[in-house]
Amino acid sequence: MKKFLKITSVSVAVLMLAACASSPSSADYDKITSQVTQGSFQAKGQASLERLQQDDANRLCSAADVAGQPLDDKTAQMIQAANLKTIKWPADGKFLGDWKNGEKLAQSGRGLTWSDKAESANGGNCYNCHQITKEEISYGTIGPSLYNYGKLRGVTDPNSPAARGVVEYTWVKLWNARAYSACSQMPRVGHNGILGEAEIKDVMALLLDPASPANK
Amino acid sequence: MADPMRIRAALAGDETTVRVLMAHIMETGIRKDASGALIPAHFIQDVEATHNGKSVLKTMWSGAVSQNPFLSFKFKGAAKGDKVVVKWVDNKGDSRTDEVTIA
Amino acid sequence: MKKSMVQRQVLAAAALLVGMGAALAQDATATGIAQYREMLQDGNPAELFEMKGEKLWTQNRGPKNATLEKCDFGKGPGVLKGAFVELPRYFADTGRVQDLESRLITCMETLQGYKAEDLYKAAANYGKGESANMVAITTYVVTASKGMDFALPQGNEKEKTMYEVGKRLFFARSGPHDFACSTCHGVDGQRIRLQELPNLTKNPGDGVGFAAWPAYRVSNGQLWTMQKRLNDCYRQQRFPEPKFGSDATIALAVYMGVNSKSAESIVPAIKR
Repeated sequence: MKKFLKITSVSVAVLMLAACASSPSSADYDKITSQVTQGSFQAKGQASLERLQQDDANRLCSAADVAGQPLDDKTAQMIQAANLKTIKWPADGKFLGDWKNGEKLAQSGRGLTWSDKAESANGGNCYNCHQITKEEISYGTIGPSLYNYGKLRGVTDPNSPAARGVVEYTWVKLWNARAYSACSQMPRVGHNGILGEAEIKDVMALLLDPASPANK
Repeated sequence: MADPMRIRAALAGDETTVRVLMAHIMETGIRKDASGALIPAHFIQDVEATHNGKSVLKTMWSGAVSQNPFLSFKFKGAAKGDKVVVKWVDNKGDSRTDEVTIA
Repeated sequence: MKKSMVQRQVLAAAALLVGMGAALAQDATATGIAQYREMLQDGNPAELFEMKGEKLWTQNRGPKNATLEKCDFGKGPGVLKGAFVELPRYFADTGRVQDLESRLITCMETLQGYKAEDLYKAAANYGKGESANMVAITTYVVTASKGMDFALPQGNEKEKTMYEVGKRLFFARSGPHDFACSTCHGVDGQRIRLQELPNLTKNPGDGVGFAAWPAYRVSNGQLWTMQKRLNDCYRQQRFPEPKFGSDATIALAVYMGVNSKSAESIVPAIKR
């Protein structure tokens, strides 16, 4: 049915005519891409079209990738400051939960896709990108190894004042890693609702509890 | 009849190597569908290959064999141009027979 | 208890392996997977799909009761050899850049009288009904270019535009995980769990990435075309669903295909 095809192609055609006079600029291509995006996707399951919206952080980091240039310092600081503001600290002041559940969360890559039920629990997706324990050899290398995370940082008692700095740093990394690194590939686990506060505490325990297999 | 097999047979020295790809779901009978109900078993049980009417291979399979099975075997005593016939029968009584000419 | 020579050798080997620790376990895993993949090459069930597609190609079908033998995939009506490795490309008769799968729908409409709208609807139910037929025909068509190098044309303005659009889509981060294609496929040498991820911003080598789909996936017994591969990538990126044959999917294919220039196509391939 030609009508269907025209909806997605007319954007290209119209903008091509507009740019006919000279070679299209990067901004022209950005515009065409935006129109192609609008016409090419449909909502399915819990995956709404809203997910195509890019916030400042994603828009700027993606543009930098397309240009093949890193972000300038000023823009990076701006993104980091905005994301730092989103950090929610644990209400009860406790940072660590149960590492056994943390390991379960780290193993699970479920949740938030259009084939996942909206009510079902999300996993942390951690092992897809990170090494964590010695025992789990099926780990990804998209992110750095987190094996011996707490041990390497000298954390013997996560509740002590000495460990406070590392504990808070780790919380921020999990809640919203872009607070520290504007274009970090790390998903914004807390800020984007991938895991809730209690679950992030369990992942914190997996990383920082001396009893956790990650630190053995 | 079920979907055709892809069969190749090649003679090297005095040995014929036959390679067969079969199209079959090979459902084990112990898998469950989304609602938790068992998916009924549906798999190839018997495979027989004959050369000039003589049986050169007989197998008895279970659901442990994977979907779209690949079978490769060798036998002696054939010549180029001879025909090898392969037939499978599954647990529901479906069957498929195909033949190949030895290259 | 006296140990036999063999028992002592086994114990010595075991001790050596334990001594080498995790590093060796990793190497053994990688080698094991490589060996498994090599074993799979013999008897790729993709051939069953190719056989079915070949039959459908010459079969009279549709309201016009005609075959697909005059279908033009860019190298002339009925010319299959070399067609796949030059797709997606611009087609004057439709005025758009098309990939193999959307071009097949064009041919099924113009030659056989099917309604494109119905075929796009069927394609959404991947691998079932009429989609199964389209997948089979697609497999047959790509086999004709097996072993040839990718050479997507970029002479037409629309082809160039689609490359630029594809590039921007490739790096577009969004969704709850802030994923883009580039998150996994933007750098060399990384893997997700134990699955290696080719860098698709450049030529990742013969038979890798764009040069490896369509492929038969042993893990689910399905043959996946590039449209299906992209669909499932977006699902795992937590994006909404890309429409079958949409400009976004074709633009990404142009980006990856042009980047793969001179890489050898090995399709239909086989995957874990």
